[in-house]
Amino acid sequence: MLRLIGVGNRWRGDDAAGLVVAARIRAQLPGAVDVVEHEGEPIDLIEVCAGAQTTWLVDAVCSGAQPGVLHRLDASDRPLPAELFRLSTHRLGLHDALELARALGRLPPRVVVYGIEGSRFEAGCPLSPPVAAAAERLADALIEEVTACASLR
Amino acid sequence: MWGRTVAERRTKTIKTDTLARVEGEGAMRVRIEAGRVTEVALKIYEPPRFFEAFLRGRDFAEAVDITSRICGICPVAYQMSAVTAMESLCGVEVGGQLRALRRLLYCGEWIESHALHVFMLHAPDFLGFESAVAMARVHPTVVTDALALKKAGNEVMRVVGGREVHPINLRVGGFHRAPRKSELGTLVAGLERAREIALDAVRLTASFDFPDYDQEIELVALAQPGEYPIDRGRIVSTTGLDIAPSEYESHFVEQHVAWSHALHSQRAGGGAYLVGPLARFATSFGSLTPLAREAALEVGLRAPERNPFRSIVVRSVELVHAVDEALALIEAYEEPDASAIEVVPRAGVGHGATEAPRGLLYHRYEIDDDGTILDANIVPPTSQNQIAIEADLRAVVERSLELPDAELSRRCEQTIRNYDPCISCATHFLRLEIERC
Repeated sequence: MLRLIGVGNRWRGDDAAGLVVAARIRAQLPGAVDVVEHEGEPIDLIEVCAGAQTTWLVDAVCSGAQPGVLHRLDASDRPLPAELFRLSTHRLGLHDALELARALGRLPPRVVVYGIEGSRFEAGCPLSPPVAAAAERLADALIEEVTACASLR
Repeated sequence: MWGRTVAERRTKTIKTDTLARVEGEGAMRVRIEAGRVTEVALKIYEPPRFFEAFLRGRDFAEAVDITSRICGICPVAYQMSAVTAMESLCGVEVGGQLRALRRLLYCGEWIESHALHVFMLHAPDFLGFESAVAMARVHPTVVTDALALKKAGNEVMRVVGGREVHPINLRVGGFHRAPRKSELGTLVAGLERAREIALDAVRLTASFDFPDYDQEIELVALAQPGEYPIDRGRIVSTTGLDIAPSEYESHFVEQHVAWSHALHSQRAGGGAYLVGPLARFATSFGSLTPLAREAALEVGLRAPERNPFRSIVVRSVELVHAVDEALALIEAYEEPDASAIEVVPRAGVGHGATEAPRGLLYHRYEIDDDGTILDANIVPPTSQNQIAIEADLRAVVERSLELPDAELSRRCEQTIRNYDPCISCATHFLRLEIERC
């Protein structure tokens, strides 16, 4: 099973980027991939990932790069750089959730994480223009990646 | 055990930029001069959220969904305090199966929140791990069990509340839709397993080593005869306070402090107090379910428990209670004729107090005849505990001055986590900074 999970808070500016990407993929690839928009606690992602062979995760990140920069990380065999995903206000972030899943033997065989560099996370703000453009670019790229992966199965 | 105070005459600064494993964002600063603690300040730096101002001009029926957004961990607490305040203002009391459903939903939040805090955030402190991830590599079963427990809570939230995060099914007067008996039935197997895990959690946490530290402080919680305090009650304390929620602001006052965005609460006339599991356990021990009470007694817990480090055991006992009560509520559930009772707004002031997992959460609203909110006041549990947390930190640092800085920092963080502070809620907040001069 293929699963694509957008992670974020739709009311906190650029933090909504992962959700925006997920919504577009659901609209454009109905049925090809199980799409989840995850607004809850990152730790619940262990459960959300369960049963998938390949999981793509899309989240906003804050590493100091230019807003809109895309990061692609393969977390299947190694931890994500913790400093990239420290934005969670709940202190058990995406990085912790994936490492907990790995420690428990519950990580899907293939986990690809896309990070969209954000800049503006205030409550009530829309996506900033560079992040909105990056979300569009990433959705286009993911549609190709997911379609290619689905055709191999 | 804590070491004796050693007078130090060196100059040193310890800084930890982000306090991990607490909810939200904030910082702590401790200043030590010549072996004496001269300053302890808990700083909240998440921007103030002005929720009380957002509420003005909105309809009285909207407060339940607006305040739910204050916290991703305890949204039900905000919703419940809001609906309780509005209903009391309008002269309505929600009873019967609708109230039972509300208690069930609240039990779901307690299970979810306590499971996360006990296992993922606080247990690593006692077991000597940097994080839940490091703990999971050595104790995978503990973490797997914790996730199953949390999932049982999430499921209650989903089935009764409409979704796991920021539930949408509560409304003034009741619910938008009452679940079918068969839907609640799907929760039973998960909750029965959760009850076993919660009982094991009491035994596990009681086996931890606890610093020898007692805190003489007034413990404040709701109380209601025959019920463990969750959704209603009078506000009582270990020193004899016994008031209606409507009298809250005559007995407790909030103050701004220069170093924090969160308001600090204290008793009118001065004095710190404490809300949360230790307070509920102290004032309502006899109302725990028999199973939860026996679990507490079996590991030697007695009310009142005054060692804040043992709050992790009390939280585990509350997990047993919440799961046990949830199962009883499901068994006794009968589908109500209507999912809500009518509530007609009238001008006035209403007060709502319920027990968030972290402690007493007070709301006050003033509305006009049309139901428009004119004024709102929200006092979250972490604001109320902030003075007590600072006092504890001072005491803990004073007893532990001989510790190396890294160890002292860890103990400070552990101390703060005793209170499961929800920093986001308290912001109307943690970095750790220890300065030795």
